[in-house]
Amino acid sequence: MDVLYFAWVRERVGRPKDKLETDAETVRDLVNELREKEERYAAAFADLDALRVAVDQELTDFDAPLKNAREVAFFPPMTGG
Amino acid sequence: MDIRVQEQPFDLGAEANAFAAKQTGMGALVTFTGIVRDLAEGDLDTMEIEHYPGMTEKAIETIANEALSRWTLGDILVIHRYGKLHADEVIMMVATAARHRADAFQGAEFLMDFLKSRAPFWKKEVSGTATDWVAAKDEDEDALSRW
Repeated sequence: MDVLYFAWVRERVGRPKDKLETDAETVRDLVNELREKEERYAAAFADLDALRVAVDQELTDFDAPLKNAREVAFFPPMTGG
Repeated sequence: MDIRVQEQPFDLGAEANAFAAKQTGMGALVTFTGIVRDLAEGDLDTMEIEHYPGMTEKAIETIANEALSRWTLGDILVIHRYGKLHADEVIMMVATAARHRADAFQGAEFLMDFLKSRAPFWKKEVSGTATDWVAAKDEDEDALSRW
């Protein structure tokens, strides 16, 4: 599974993308796995209220299932326009 | 429908004219243009806009289709830039064409409200050595609920 990071999430994690093998069933499970990986991940994922998530390029929430998901992306609230 | 996500600048007048020339029977054309503001009072060196290639185009298309289903619109144009921009540069534009102006105005406003907080763009202000990610505002999120 490709895990993508954007904006300050990318800066805190220190890279734009990870390729992971995971059994995580939901986005929240994946977040917990990432938090345990390294301190910089724990820092990036400290406050989930400050984060948004997309699964396969569709905006969703942290309880979304990851079955068959190819790409998960984490980022702060968007500031387009 | 024409959606473009690009790094290079575009000619606002030329795009508006080309969009107008494509339409038939449309009595109203509304355009909105977003411009880089220097909120740091003269200190802003660049505004860096990051986006999520792939998702960005899809998200804008979903928003545009929603606008088409809610109002009687003949056509929609969205151009949004990414990369390094400077104060007073054009970031993005939307244009809507409709038979009547109420649809064109409301459609454009709806597009803007949703582009602001549902299209995956992030702005970072760079002033000297200081960098600051622009935070989303509660009022931008609140703006969605009126639709």
